[in-house]
Amino acid sequence: MSRVVVVGAGPAGMAAARAAAQAGTDVLLIDSGARLGGQYHRQDTRAGTERFTLPARVEHLAESVVWALEPVAGGHRVHVRTGPADGPGRSGRSIDTPALVLATGAFDRALPFPGWDLPGVFTAGAAQALAKGQGVRVGERVLLAGTGPFLLPVARSLLDVGAEVAGVLEAGDPVTGWLARPGGGLSAGIGKLGELAGYASVLARQRVPYRRRTTVIEAHGTDRVESVTTARLRPDWTVVPGSARRVEVDAVCVGFGFTPQLELAVAARCALADGFVTVDAAQATSVPGVFAAGELTGIGGAELSAAEGEIAGASAARLLGAHPAPPVRALRKARRGRRFAAALDAAYPVRDGWRTWLREDTLVCRCEEVTYGELRGAAREREVCGGRALKLVTRAGLGPCQGRVCGRAVAELTGIPDAAATFARRPIAAPIRLGELAEEPTL
Amino acid sequence: MKVRIDGEETTALEGQTVAGVLLGRGLTSWRTTRGSGRPRGVFCGIGVCFDCLVVVNGVADVRACQRLVRDGDDIRVQHGAELPS
Repeated sequence: MSRVVVVGAGPAGMAAARAAAQAGTDVLLIDSGARLGGQYHRQDTRAGTERFTLPARVEHLAESVVWALEPVAGGHRVHVRTGPADGPGRSGRSIDTPALVLATGAFDRALPFPGWDLPGVFTAGAAQALAKGQGVRVGERVLLAGTGPFLLPVARSLLDVGAEVAGVLEAGDPVTGWLARPGGGLSAGIGKLGELAGYASVLARQRVPYRRRTTVIEAHGTDRVESVTTARLRPDWTVVPGSARRVEVDAVCVGFGFTPQLELAVAARCALADGFVTVDAAQATSVPGVFAAGELTGIGGAELSAAEGEIAGASAARLLGAHPAPPVRALRKARRGRRFAAALDAAYPVRDGWRTWLREDTLVCRCEEVTYGELRGAAREREVCGGRALKLVTRAGLGPCQGRVCGRAVAELTGIPDAAATFARRPIAAPIRLGELAEEPTL
Repeated sequence: MKVRIDGEETTALEGQTVAGVLLGRGLTSWRTTRGSGRPRGVFCGIGVCFDCLVVVNGVADVRACQRLVRDGDDIRVQHGAELPS
């Protein structure tokens, strides 16, 4: 019970592991990837060398998935499988810890639209991961659509692997968004703005069109994407009549912000607010012995995540009796970062008009192939009025992804208030094989 | 290293994912859905969506974007829900 356990080896998790180790405690850092870095610092796994080094006190458990988390006397028990993804042949371990740091990050939010289930429609994160991690381009001629600054580095990565980027379509109107909030958060993010300006100049040099208040409202093709329909959007994101254009591409990448990977925090019964884990200034959650850092607590980018991770690691070490110096610089960085995150959030909202892009036969739950019409029917005619009942009646969210992709959309489309929380409750946090479950537990 | 894709032998590199190998060969889909038999390939690319499921060495439901290839891996298309036999 004497080690800090950190789940997730992205910017937040690595910083937490470093801070706890530097305070003199042993750390176990668990991550599903083969290399350190998470999504932001994704490494090319084909290259022979690990880019990051960690203090000797940190044991890095790579290719390891935390599939369950349970409270035990004095802390939490973390159930892990280690080995090639999705088994079989992985080894199991259960680790008890009084000081757990959750740094599980976030994934792209995709909004459903007609044809989004066709091969050739990717999330922006997929294009980024395949370009940076595998040197693969998702298409020859690619269109990016969504909202938020993350679209720019993805366009850059696509250019780096030789794809033609047909355009970057920003559904919002970020210029107006920024101007609406003078001072405040904007000045807090000068460094980040410089990074974004760098991407923008690369796109300009490569003559990649950037269009605001425009998006992809339909993908066309029989067995894969052959073209898409783009349209201009009103401020509420409904389509401007007559603005639809057909664009020939073989891939489209979409990203409308991010959804935090909440299941372990929910399993630990951490309090949530507005879909994120609530933390205090020391990154402590509402549950004693559980800390959270990074995108779990709000979407603010790698620098903020690393600052929060450093604070969380120091707090976890302190819980184990260490006496780390107060992380003064990280605390200052985190405060500034949160102001910038709030400004970002205000500048790139997702507007309700996206619901009008859907048709009755548009899939919303990709896994179980549940259409918008079926969801509406369940909510209206069958008077389903709770997230759990909705899942049972329609099967939305009951497939292998467990509602990670469709949960927020289902909740918004049906207006069922507790749906978002219902979709994040996943006692089995990652699928494991029955044979693995049947093995004797090893502590 | 050598791997087989739907019976055809091909070369792969250490550190490539199954999805990296398949996309690199120009494939965009390698699974059909359980309900309507529609083709699927990579969607999220980071292990969240479970769209890129594939059969590796006779074991179904392996996420192609997460699994690193190993020498001799036998990779094939997954048709709907494939149960262990």
